[in-house]
Amino acid sequence: MNFDELIGQFGQHTVNGLSKGAIYALIALGYTLVYGVLRLINFAHSEVFMVGTFAVFGTWTAMGLQNNPPLGTAIIALVVGLIVGAVASGGTALAIERVAYRPLRKKNAPPLVFLITAIGVSLVLVEVFGVLLPKLFGDSGFTMSTLFSRPRQLLGMPTVLEHKNLFTIGDTSVTNVQAIVFVSAMLMMFALDRFINKTRYGRGVRAVAQNPETAALMGVNQERVIMLIFVLGGAMAGAAALLWNMRFGVTQNTIGFVLGLKAFTAAVLGGIGNLRGALVGGLFLGLVEVYGATLFSSQWEDVIAFVVLVVVLMFRPTGLLGESLGRARA
Amino acid sequence: MSQSVNATAPHVGRMEAVGDRWRALPKWQRSLGFVAFVAFLYYLPLLGIPGLTWFRTDYIQGGSSWAGTLFTCAIYVLVAIGLNVVIGLAGLLDLGYIGFFAIGAYGVGLFGSVNSPVVKAIQERFDLPATWAVGWAICLFIAITLAMVSGVLLGWPTLRLRGDYLAIVTLGFGEIIRIVAKNVTTVTNGNAGISAIPGPEGPPSATNTVFGLIDLKPWYWLAITFVLIMVFFVRRLEHSRVGRAWLAVREDEDAAAVMGVNPFKFKLWAFAIGAALGGVAGVLFASRQAFIDPTKFDPMTSILFVAMVVVGGSGNMMGVSLGAFLLVYLPERFRGVADYRFLAFGVAMVLVMILRPQGLIPSRRRARELKDRAAEAEEAPAHV
Repeated sequence: MNFDELIGQFGQHTVNGLSKGAIYALIALGYTLVYGVLRLINFAHSEVFMVGTFAVFGTWTAMGLQNNPPLGTAIIALVVGLIVGAVASGGTALAIERVAYRPLRKKNAPPLVFLITAIGVSLVLVEVFGVLLPKLFGDSGFTMSTLFSRPRQLLGMPTVLEHKNLFTIGDTSVTNVQAIVFVSAMLMMFALDRFINKTRYGRGVRAVAQNPETAALMGVNQERVIMLIFVLGGAMAGAAALLWNMRFGVTQNTIGFVLGLKAFTAAVLGGIGNLRGALVGGLFLGLVEVYGATLFSSQWEDVIAFVVLVVVLMFRPTGLLGESLGRARA
Repeated sequence: MSQSVNATAPHVGRMEAVGDRWRALPKWQRSLGFVAFVAFLYYLPLLGIPGLTWFRTDYIQGGSSWAGTLFTCAIYVLVAIGLNVVIGLAGLLDLGYIGFFAIGAYGVGLFGSVNSPVVKAIQERFDLPATWAVGWAICLFIAITLAMVSGVLLGWPTLRLRGDYLAIVTLGFGEIIRIVAKNVTTVTNGNAGISAIPGPEGPPSATNTVFGLIDLKPWYWLAITFVLIMVFFVRRLEHSRVGRAWLAVREDEDAAAVMGVNPFKFKLWAFAIGAALGGVAGVLFASRQAFIDPTKFDPMTSILFVAMVVVGGSGNMMGVSLGAFLLVYLPERFRGVADYRFLAFGVAMVLVMILRPQGLIPSRRRARELKDRAAEAEEAPAHV
């Protein structure tokens, strides 16, 4: 138990934890939105994130990005990456809904069946990016194909922003990348929260979450709402993919699984189906992991995360903030 | 709602029709058929149909890995039967079943292998010779006990949670077991793994006459014997008071509680019994491999376990066994097109679920339920 390290560097660990948790929170939003409306765990969401990382990486490769480009280029790379990532991930999420979930919803199949199709779709996406695309484009020679030249391997990508100290308070230093990750994740979540709580579309989403039949009677187009939540969740995962690429600069066809697992844990921690819960759960999980890793050692990180989940669920069976997309400040 | 309408409706599936015809046969014909089927199961490894049962292997010159594949199938069938108790009968979504499988495997590894730190510690403590280790049969017993205890320990705090939460917590449990096996090197040897895990004949060696390393047929016969015993055991359980309680809890927990069935108690039973079966499968797996390390117990495999049950038809033992068989056999059979097999596998999983949401061979009750749900969906298109 390394208490001295934790207390001495508390601020630094907090900063690290928050910037880690922000990415979890963004991915967790996808789980939460879908769960809030459909009462369905979208297990394929982790692969939506994976597709996002590849899309962003592809964009950067196509742009011919080099390590540590000038600031202007870096900003363009980030903005274009955000758009492409969000569109690719949102599109993937929508496609998954169409192919794997809609036919089952028409049959009113039990939830377990959705889970299995989601696993099937995950497997397909992982294999498409690990095997099929490398086979098709691996040695085709054009710029983008470098993405698939090493199938199933961890791919490194150029550093868009050099990690630099932005400011230091006491012993705590915050790097520019950490600040960008945290602030942009917060902005994104704030925008989504506004969208769900203040706009006409958001009202439709909340209505369907509360009571699908009544919402339909009131003229809410349910199919459109469902499509909307998948696209929104996917777009958030795409944004998370950009932040991930910027911060860690690596991706792989199997990268989604563990991150998806963590994000789902975060969603459950905060109260699945609750947007603000996803934020709280994500940040909480990030902090718990960093603190836990400091106290024990980093190899126990995942164990600590799950033990905390069980403990929290024992005392608050519906997560920290409770589960309610519909009732959240209606 | 429209129970009577469905009963008279002509759209009874072919699979269900076969089942009905089978049940209509006189008892002696059914017993005869059953005996023939069991005999066929035991004969299976000797079957040599090129293409179907003759797999090329690099292990032995000109050999076939058919018996080995069958053994793996039998292990997974055992897993599917155990998980079916948890998912199909009690209706609890357990995504961390691999944890119990791992505990079974480590149970026999830690106590049965002369290379395990636990056995070495016992040798030192009690001045035993360096060849001493716990016998296989006792290891089996220890492993089952450990798995059951861990099932209860996991179930106690978590079974009060609602279904979807249980899924993530159990998935976490599976991961915790794997990480503990990886990190607590003083007990489990960590990533180095445990070698020389004994079989029924003692530690693996070239002098073993029955359970050797090359001829896998006896291993398959051992596994299939376990499968048949467990099928019998679970079948009796299914039709007992406990089985009816599971059914009641699965269908409506509150109603069951009102009728005097304690849902928590019976869920815990389901967890413990499922865990024990997973432990048995783990023991057989570890004994045959003679070597285990934490990478063998990854969460993806755990999720595939659930897929076996649901694709096969949760609640029906024939169904889940078929699911397990296919999910092992197909990737193994198409090893030739190695790269694309998991891609095809994923596509197949989605297609089967969309075309047959009730599974390949559903339980009769489940099939009826699904028809009701589909009819409800048609009646009220607004329903999600």
